[in-house]
Amino acid sequence: MHSEPIVDTAVNPGKHQSDPEKWVDLHSDFLFSYAYSRINDEELARDLVQETFLAALEKPGAFRGESSERTWLTAIIKYKVIDVYRKKARAFTTKEGYGMPADDEDFFDPELNNWKKEHWPEPFVCKGTDPLEDKEFMDILQKCLQKLPSLWMSVFRLKHMDDEKTEDICKALRLSASNYWVIIHRAKVNLRSCLQKNWI
Amino acid sequence: MSKQLKTRREKILYNCRKATLLIERKHEVELTPRERMELELHLAGCYICRVYEQQSILMNGLMSKIFKAARVEPRLDDAFKDEIKKRIKGRIIRGI
Repeated sequence: MHSEPIVDTAVNPGKHQSDPEKWVDLHSDFLFSYAYSRINDEELARDLVQETFLAALEKPGAFRGESSERTWLTAIIKYKVIDVYRKKARAFTTKEGYGMPADDEDFFDPELNNWKKEHWPEPFVCKGTDPLEDKEFMDILQKCLQKLPSLWMSVFRLKHMDDEKTEDICKALRLSASNYWVIIHRAKVNLRSCLQKNWI
Repeated sequence: MSKQLKTRREKILYNCRKATLLIERKHEVELTPRERMELELHLAGCYICRVYEQQSILMNGLMSKIFKAARVEPRLDDAFKDEIKKRIKGRIIRGI
């Protein structure tokens, strides 16, 4: 599907199709909330918005009206967000590979590989019928998520917020496929246990 | 406690670590026929991992919901916006 360029070149002859002086009013709030919701750091999110506009200015030729101006700017800030994830990931991978917290507990018996008895999953009992509609349950999950190491959160954000494919997440965060699965597995087992502990 | 698991069948029957890893992979990729069989065999005999599988699916749904939910977030203030506008303008003028 081809859409028309949003800026009519006939009205602005000689100019490229995007007017940088309008960018801030048109897109800064959107870009800020895009970045903030992904990195959860207000100051850093503001910096990324500014850097995005300045980077876009450097290469006005890159915008050809094939997609909307906002899509173009979002692609730039997305790259910058992933760069933040990657820097955080690197801090971990140099140490132990999977971004494990120091006090990470093994939920499985090291020899037999079955669940340790104290970690046996038990069914969640929800007061309402649907846990998806249970606000209290969601709040607990939210708190449990916040305890995860940042690399694991980055993986979940790319997976659930942006619906990125596994191979793209691995590429973005420079993870091997097996590292990726270890992270998903550890993170889910941890989350599940945190939910069970806090949901009574 | 150091029970020896000899056969391959025995190994997967008791290996909850592997079974739960396969459960996670199954959400995203297609398992090989052997992996599928191993997981089925394990789940048939392991109630705890069946509970885990249900909860794992539930958590994926919950996370999609949480991450995509619109949240009230701090906003950019006008002073900051004016500052960027000035910088953009400055670059454009210098560029010409």
